[in-house]
Amino acid sequence: MTSLPSLPTPKKLGLVIDLDVCVGCHACVVNCKEWNTGGYGTALSDQDPYGVDVSGAWLNRVHTFEVVPDGGEVVGEAGDARIVHFPKSCLHCEDAPCVTVCPTGASYKRADDGIVLVDEDMCIGCGLCAWACPYGAREMDLAAGVMKKCTLCIDRIYNETFEEADRQPACVRTCPANARHFGDLADPQSAVSIMVAERGGVDLMPEQGTRPVNKYLPPRARKPLADSAPSLPLAENTDGAKGFFAWLDGMLDRI
Amino acid sequence: MHPAPSIIVFTTLSGLGYGLAAVLGLGLVDPSALATKVAHVLALVLIAAGLSASTLHLGNPQRAWRALSQWRSSWLSREGVMAILTFVPLVVSAWASLFEGRYLPTVGIVGTVMCMVTVYCTAMIYASLQSVQAWHTKLTPLCYRLFAIAGGFVLAAFFALCGGGNGVAMCLLALLFLIAAWVAKVFWRRNMLQAAPLSSPESATGLGNIGRVRLLERPHAMENYLTREMGFKVARKHAAKLWKLAFAAGGVIPAVLMLALLPLAGGPSLFAAMLAGLAVVFHLLGMMVERWLFFAEARHAVMNYYGG
Repeated sequence: MTSLPSLPTPKKLGLVIDLDVCVGCHACVVNCKEWNTGGYGTALSDQDPYGVDVSGAWLNRVHTFEVVPDGGEVVGEAGDARIVHFPKSCLHCEDAPCVTVCPTGASYKRADDGIVLVDEDMCIGCGLCAWACPYGAREMDLAAGVMKKCTLCIDRIYNETFEEADRQPACVRTCPANARHFGDLADPQSAVSIMVAERGGVDLMPEQGTRPVNKYLPPRARKPLADSAPSLPLAENTDGAKGFFAWLDGMLDRI
Repeated sequence: MHPAPSIIVFTTLSGLGYGLAAVLGLGLVDPSALATKVAHVLALVLIAAGLSASTLHLGNPQRAWRALSQWRSSWLSREGVMAILTFVPLVVSAWASLFEGRYLPTVGIVGTVMCMVTVYCTAMIYASLQSVQAWHTKLTPLCYRLFAIAGGFVLAAFFALCGGGNGVAMCLLALLFLIAAWVAKVFWRRNMLQAAPLSSPESATGLGNIGRVRLLERPHAMENYLTREMGFKVARKHAAKLWKLAFAAGGVIPAVLMLALLPLAGGPSLFAAMLAGLAVVFHLLGMMVERWLFFAEARHAVMNYYGG
């Protein structure tokens, strides 16, 4: 049934991604592919995997953006531009447009925890849900001919044979920088909700009216690099060298 | 957006077929004439060909029947359901003309209305997607319907001049709807080119309050499903050229031919029929280019993440 749940879901399971912390290592991308190629649904296929034109279905990808403040300069490392690594996976929207466009009922949003899933046995691979998603969260598996998307690692988070610490999505579990957090965003007392409240977590493309569950924590304010190190020594200049370095400077000059 | 050939064929052929069937349902041509009988068959063939083309891009076409189940929420599902239901009055009308030489007014009008509803559903598949701003307007279903009717009248003019009936009325109506369709389309395109983008790299990343956002690195070196499907771009200079081609072949030439046919259209004549046939061919080619541009020029919101 591709109508959205009529009532707000009691739980809103989702991710909180800290853009201040992400170092862009792509470990979450790789572990997501690794887990989900053997987990829920068919394997995540690659086309021409060892060839020159390799491509494949991935459920999580890291983009890298440059942000230039108003009036800021882009001058190498001393400039004002900053680099933001930006992991992106399904946002499990409350008004998920990918769900309502599905003609077969394969795409659905769970009424109890709000996870958006694809029933691969019902998917005809028309691709309309990927068109409807403004975030590019869905990718067609070209080998199986069915749509793939983040399941929030539904086969991990409810898996009671796992240690408590492992009942988290693969991307969250593997992040070496602790930039990804998993929890219930409907519960204002949950760690993720508190994090969102304290750091001013934002929705992506709120103007698209999708009401995403996943939130992004913006990078913390930063002073320009030039202010942090006002007198960076120049490599060509030895003015002000003292002690051993002054002696070495003099000796090398004489040679 | 990637202009998949199967979808271009689907929307143009089914649009033309439903347009012809809708015109035939009005009963303006002689139901017992051979030309009208051929027209009924052609309408059904065009619709069937268009619908079968639409299944070619599916990953699992053997499950296509499942697409009829979600008509409560999905325009694609509604389109499928309507397409099948519309076959009922169209086949009955065709039967009455082919084997009894009769026109059934009630069935005909019901068929006309259902044809228009089906074309509306086809257009709403695209118009309902907020992620593709150019499509997300009421002008999209208006253009689809007007183009279907215009094409239907151009085809009907051809069959009328082959002996099916009153060619003057058909040529006049074709001219009228060609003008209406292209006026609507000109507004649609102006809206696409001039509207401020709904989403930007700033809103897509939530980083807009820090400053201007620019993609530094894609997540991967090669193309992926998203960039192939959503990122297809047509060079601006080619788009302008193709738009002129579509406008000339799909609008101006058939309209001029319809106008030129008015003095000749009093009765069936081979020359007039050939001119009308030429109008049909040009219109179909023009519509193919128009539909190609409809996809190729539309920008998807996801391209804010891909620097496109």
